[in-house]
Amino acid sequence: MSHSETLNEINAGAGRSMRAKIGSFLQQQGALIMLLLVCVIGFARYEAFLTPENLLNVLRQNSMLGLVALGMTFVILTGGIDLSVGALLAVAGVIAANLADRGLLVALSAAIAATTFLGLINGLVIAKARIQPFIVTLAMMIAARGLALAATGEQSVRITGANESFNWLGRGLIGDFLPVPILILIIAFAIGWVVLNHTRFGRNVFAVGDNDEAARLMGLNINRVTIAVYAISGALAGLAGVILASRLGTGQPVAGIGWELDAIAAVVIGGTLLTGGQGSVLSTLVGVLLLGVIFNLFNLEGQISPWWQLVLRGVILLFVVVVQNRLTRLG
Amino acid sequence: MAEAITQPVAAKRGSSSFADYAPTYGAAAALVLLILANVFLTPNFAALDNFRNILVQVTPTMLVAVGMTFVIATGGIDLSVGSLMAIASAVAAVSLDYGAYPAILAALAVVTLIGAFNGWLIATFKIQPIIVTLALLIAGRGVAQVISNGGQLIPFSNPSFEFWGKDSLFGILPVPVFVMIVIIGLAIFVLRATIFGRHVIAVGGNENAARLSGISVNRTKIMVYALSGLLAGIAGLIYTARLGASDASQVGQTIELDAIAATVVGGTALTGGRATVIGTVIGALIMQIITTSFNMNGIKFSYALVIKAAIIIFVVYLQRPKSH
Amino acid sequence: MANNEPLLRMQHIRKVFSGVVALDDVNFTLERGEVHSLVGENGAGKSTLIKVMTGAYNRDGGEMFLEGVPVNFRAPEDAQHAGVVAVYQEVNLLMFRTVAENIFLGREPRRFGLIDWSKMNREAGEILRNLGLQIDPKAVLGSLNIASRQMIAIARGVSLGAKILVLDEPTSSLTEREVGLLYDVIRRLKAQGTGIVYISHRFDELYAVCDKVTVLRDGKYIATRPLAGLERIDLICLMLGKQREDLEKKGATAFGEHHEAQMPEPLLETENLTRGRRLKNVSIKAGRGEILGMAGLLGSGRTEVARAVFGADEVDAGKVSLEGKPLNLRSPSDAIRAGIAFLSEDRKAEGIIPEWSVRENMTLAALPALTSLGVVSRAKQNEIVDKFMRRLGIKASSGEQKIRELSGGNQQKVLLARWLCKNPKFLILDEPTRGIDIGAKGEIQSLINELADEGLGVLMISSELEELVEGSSRIVVMRDGECAAELRGKDISQDAIINAMAETN
Repeated sequence: MSHSETLNEINAGAGRSMRAKIGSFLQQQGALIMLLLVCVIGFARYEAFLTPENLLNVLRQNSMLGLVALGMTFVILTGGIDLSVGALLAVAGVIAANLADRGLLVALSAAIAATTFLGLINGLVIAKARIQPFIVTLAMMIAARGLALAATGEQSVRITGANESFNWLGRGLIGDFLPVPILILIIAFAIGWVVLNHTRFGRNVFAVGDNDEAARLMGLNINRVTIAVYAISGALAGLAGVILASRLGTGQPVAGIGWELDAIAAVVIGGTLLTGGQGSVLSTLVGVLLLGVIFNLFNLEGQISPWWQLVLRGVILLFVVVVQNRLTRLG
Repeated sequence: MAEAITQPVAAKRGSSSFADYAPTYGAAAALVLLILANVFLTPNFAALDNFRNILVQVTPTMLVAVGMTFVIATGGIDLSVGSLMAIASAVAAVSLDYGAYPAILAALAVVTLIGAFNGWLIATFKIQPIIVTLALLIAGRGVAQVISNGGQLIPFSNPSFEFWGKDSLFGILPVPVFVMIVIIGLAIFVLRATIFGRHVIAVGGNENAARLSGISVNRTKIMVYALSGLLAGIAGLIYTARLGASDASQVGQTIELDAIAATVVGGTALTGGRATVIGTVIGALIMQIITTSFNMNGIKFSYALVIKAAIIIFVVYLQRPKSH
Repeated sequence: MANNEPLLRMQHIRKVFSGVVALDDVNFTLERGEVHSLVGENGAGKSTLIKVMTGAYNRDGGEMFLEGVPVNFRAPEDAQHAGVVAVYQEVNLLMFRTVAENIFLGREPRRFGLIDWSKMNREAGEILRNLGLQIDPKAVLGSLNIASRQMIAIARGVSLGAKILVLDEPTSSLTEREVGLLYDVIRRLKAQGTGIVYISHRFDELYAVCDKVTVLRDGKYIATRPLAGLERIDLICLMLGKQREDLEKKGATAFGEHHEAQMPEPLLETENLTRGRRLKNVSIKAGRGEILGMAGLLGSGRTEVARAVFGADEVDAGKVSLEGKPLNLRSPSDAIRAGIAFLSEDRKAEGIIPEWSVRENMTLAALPALTSLGVVSRAKQNEIVDKFMRRLGIKASSGEQKIRELSGGNQQKVLLARWLCKNPKFLILDEPTRGIDIGAKGEIQSLINELADEGLGVLMISSELEELVEGSSRIVVMRDGECAAELRGKDISQDAIINAMAETN
């Protein structure tokens, strides 16, 4: 009896049933199917839905949340969580608004440098002091919000003077139709996808979330990966914050409250496991768009009040995780 | 590995069960230091009125944090508490016409049921508590606004309801503080001495072992989330009664984070299996005293946030499990 | 390579954990192409030694030479670079990732800075084929069985250019057939000059694949011997620190004589228990005052029978009855109420609550009986604790000591007391003496004997054949989810059990 025979024989027994395969496919792609379904409904019901203006509008409105969710995806893939993104977004907005008159480059790089640094601190404390990410980033959320409020005297920072380059970031158009934030979103997700799927660092992110002890014993430097993902999350939250400030024309210390929860919801709805190790940036994009399109449809319907939208948002989140959970169980 | 367990252990006398329930000394020391520093540095801090004020203000957070302690003891988390406060507030406000006590009962029944629903989802579908209660946080705020006609401020005048927020017993003890003390006492007793308390910690300490020892893990989980809902409801009602109006859009916003912070600073492990109500009380007081003393010294609230964050990290760092 | 130095030489190794000496002056030498076993009772320091060897721990004293060159590993990473790779007991791999990714994690082949997936899959396939394994490199690891995962862990080590491969209890979750595969792989590696450190509790394996054995005891180096010509009984003596004469006086276990082989008064019966592919029509009968042994390889369905009888897993079909009354088992609490108790094989995951005291752990299952109006009586708890700490000889500073601070054997006694204090009618013991020191083992074995004499029905599942043969009045042998054989009286022997396990359908 040769090895291969025996192993195959054994593996055939452990092989996965069709049912399990379908289950795992739906778990990973269910959100995409739902997104398509919702789009079909939108197309059938509302003339205004499938117009370039409306679709670009949906994308633009969700571009900032998309960036935050992209960073959150990296963190959640390692099995962590980042509650500080909303506050970091505010910090970046405030810094950028203060520096807006020095031009886009200065404002953008200073703001992102600051939030990357704060994200780095998150990662350092989590990795070195071995405190749960939930607590560390909760503390960072409180502290960063405090910093943003303290630095501004709890007032919004108005962007004075016509600063073309800075305004362009949030309000500009490429070729007269493509809003800059959408372009940034697309580029960021493209880079995110390449990094996660085609670089060693990306595979390490998956490895840490899959089984950190195994990854450590395989010789990975887990601390470095952990620190890096929180820094990335901080950087992307910062980028989103600067775009928001540019769109609004103010840097608000209270911006981004609750965004961490929206971002987590989008990541989870996309199909990334909160326990880490499994998921993708594309599913996060799908999650963001699914939520975005659903609310776009509500708006087109025009009769649903914001509070009912909240209720529905919660119900959708619950529905998706329950369904995903059932599907995972099949496997 | 087995060897770690079988290493000879110097017989320790000190590891009594009291130590399990007692707050960690770090948090207690921090509280004492904080009070002492304020007595010297903050004018009028030591006044009776001020202490009373601090206690009244900490009441909602304290009640929510006590419920959170039970939830966290099972290894769970409840993010929905703020929204449950709002729902309780809205339900009571719209049903005050039927009398104060029917309104209170209705409000508490509703939030207890929603809490139980949280627990049911978590227990039967095995979904992470953070996601389930996040969904309820989002949906619950919407529900509260629906009940209150879009989150409008609903003022009311109902002395027997407002009694629970505004009056004092014997002219010195504010009713909310009285309620808080009673509930803290009950919670300490329940966690320490009752079978329910034991089951809660067993579920958090080792769920499999608890199940194989005949404990109904699902029922225990449903009960802790129901309890958390009930206490959030009481917090919401007291807050509403004190305000004299229901503000479903604002009541309890981000209180879940304050409650989690208070619980964790007090020494309850986020991983479950270790819980201390006294610790939570200390944790909540620390957070409140920071806020109050900053206010009294005319320092902006925003700086207090930074200090709170630093304290959370510092205390949790001191308490983290030690390993070789 | 031309030097005559051994592959690995460790001298005077010392390791201290917060004041407790785990390794004291330990020596270990490994030659090229040698399979060297490391044995010792629990607490002997085997795991600590290999962790020092592979960089997971830093040593506190002593020297280590790899091919004559002094080395000092600060992390597993360093050890791997130098060619020392460990494959741990619980296979440490990434479940959601593919076979190829697991083999190449951290050193994926790249082109223009990006991972070259096709090259990676191709090379992974080659590595596996060279070990005689045919596994799809693109398969997700979690979809493969444990044996394949183990081979992949070894393949990873080989592809790292391992000069030394440390296998820690590699067969603990393998079936006999799979163990054969592992042996073949080991022989191939040995032929290539790889040095292998092999840790196992099973003597058969040591004699089957190892060249030499090093014995540790209580963190100290005892001896190194070639296995050829070393009698098992002498090896046991080295491990236990006993003279050969001492050992021969008694049986190897603390069980008494065989119980009578007549069928006692029936107590618990199962009828056609069926659960998916794991249990097929299992019908067993256990009597009052009887120790019914249950043998079977891992995955044979032995633990599944126990869990089904205890209501821990739902069955598709079948009945369980106690004292002739059918039970409706929907959860463990139903079984407990009926008087059934179950000591799980996994003490850590399903038994102890580590942060709790001995008292709290012991009374966990009995709480309802100690409670009035919701309040648990402290006095009644103390009564139970006093009684059972004395009766079972539990070594703890007091009932208030945390259970995680006790030795494995004492933890096991506390868990036994958790059930005994409820006066059960039927006790299921799944591997009651696994992983505990020899002294406590004997105490637990004689306790089980006593309990049966008092009229308790016992179902004892064990992978230690000696224990089963000496302890049980009858033995059910499980295979592939079915009762393969029932042995009684004179038919009971290790040979008979092994034959029943090994038969093919």
